[in-house]
Amino acid sequence: MAVIAVDRLHKFYGDVRAANGVTFEVNPGEIFGMVGPNGAGKTTTIECLEGLRRADEGRLSILGLDPQRQGYELRERIGVQLQESSLPDRLKVREVMGLFAAFYRRSADSEALLEQLGLAEKAGAAFGQLSGGQKQRLFIALALINDPEIVFLDELTTGLDPQARRTMWELVKGVRDRGKTVFLTTHYMEEAEELCDRVAIIDHGKIVALDTPRNLVSSLDAEERIVFSLDGPADEALFRTIPGVTRVERSGSRVIIFGRGDGLLVRVVMALDTSKIRFRDLRTEQPSLEDVFLALTGKEMRD
Amino acid sequence: MRGLWKLIGVQMKLYLREPAATFFTIVFAPMLLLLFGTIYGNKPEAFFGGRGMVDVSVPSYIAMIIISVGFMGIPIATAASREAGVLRRFRMTPLKPAAYILANISSYYAMTAVGVAALVLVGKVVYGMKFQGNVLSVWAGFTLGSLAFFALGYLIAGIASTARIAQAIGMIAAFPMMFLSGSAIPLEVLPQSVRNVSRFIPLTHVVTLMRGLWTGESWVKHQTEAAVLGGVLVVGIILSARFFRWE
Repeated sequence: MAVIAVDRLHKFYGDVRAANGVTFEVNPGEIFGMVGPNGAGKTTTIECLEGLRRADEGRLSILGLDPQRQGYELRERIGVQLQESSLPDRLKVREVMGLFAAFYRRSADSEALLEQLGLAEKAGAAFGQLSGGQKQRLFIALALINDPEIVFLDELTTGLDPQARRTMWELVKGVRDRGKTVFLTTHYMEEAEELCDRVAIIDHGKIVALDTPRNLVSSLDAEERIVFSLDGPADEALFRTIPGVTRVERSGSRVIIFGRGDGLLVRVVMALDTSKIRFRDLRTEQPSLEDVFLALTGKEMRD
Repeated sequence: MRGLWKLIGVQMKLYLREPAATFFTIVFAPMLLLLFGTIYGNKPEAFFGGRGMVDVSVPSYIAMIIISVGFMGIPIATAASREAGVLRRFRMTPLKPAAYILANISSYYAMTAVGVAALVLVGKVVYGMKFQGNVLSVWAGFTLGSLAFFALGYLIAGIASTARIAQAIGMIAAFPMMFLSGSAIPLEVLPQSVRNVSRFIPLTHVVTLMRGLWTGESWVKHQTEAAVLGGVLVVGIILSARFFRWE
């Protein structure tokens, strides 16, 4: 039984089709990610699910509830971290937790939440004094304060440094491991690949692919790349004879071998060794979600 | 319900942590009273119908506290929370919008009352201010005036696109009103030409009502003030509800 079911969601802003027939289901206990470039329709979709925006067409069901007609009932049972929101600068962290806990019928232990999110020492600090990462962690704590069944996270790690981003990923996995469903949006492909159980790739308001990150990547049937530099002369025709190699690119001393199949790397290294070819800086590049996105939309994901 | 009370408490705490808001609501009017009290004292003057400067100033300054909360406190804070996305965050909880606004108004009302209490206390303790009115009647007048001006404050917040614009509109509207309504300077000392203009300023009606009730006059004698302020309240509520925005 899906905890989120979206059927042909449409949302228009004038002539812009922000969501153009978005359809998917989210299973209980999974981290479901929606990835796509800025303006693809991620935030529109998540805000329709949260009840912040009204869908122009389509059916939405979250925990069996309609986010528009049963919004207050739904808000008791979901937790939300918004892409753009704030709190009064002079409100202290502990006061924020106490206040929000009072809004819900059910509430989690706020001291324990602050502890888990590494904010226990900041309990007496004012919101305005927190760093970007600390504010973001406080918003996650708020999203968990009612012990929700589903947690919505919109662009959770945007603006955070890589270290803080990794910490955040561990936190989100911890939320899932406590039995909650997580719906998140991101425009970082590596974040989706690392964090999500299933990923929907959205572009121009439409879902263009939906599967586990591993399946998405393998469905591409993309080549693995082995890159190295030569330390002497070598005949590249040799590389073409290695089983599994599909093509070879060379520019100066730099060689890129494209190929498929398990053991490609071992065969390439052995061929180099038996032919006594000297090389350095060898590395492999696996296809990633980034390549999936490029293949599906014909454009680079990176900003 | 628990959320509502908690929110009222938090809003009041936040108010007290804002130095400018605290100053204009609680400190400014008693300070002004001490300043003019030191200069003029509180001797009965025929000019003020046998009352002293302080006796007349206390009910007038109440109007000043009301407008500083209504035209500066409320519009700036409301527009700023909207701009920063604070209102968005509250909307994502089961708290009803009406409860949020009720909590907001209650905390402003409470802080305005604290300001009035501080003013009365200084008047009483330092100058032995005279009070001949009925406490309940005066309280009702204070409540009517406060709510009418709060409604206008939310209207300013709704019209202004940003907190800075809300601040500008509030200040531009508030300062002339303060000085032309008799709230800062008694109407008696203003020239007739100014007093002709004063009649059209809503705050003047708060001053007249408070000064009247303060000396024990009945509401029957102040039907005009009651009608004007009641009208401002009703129109203010309708328009502020019409222009209110969460985002």
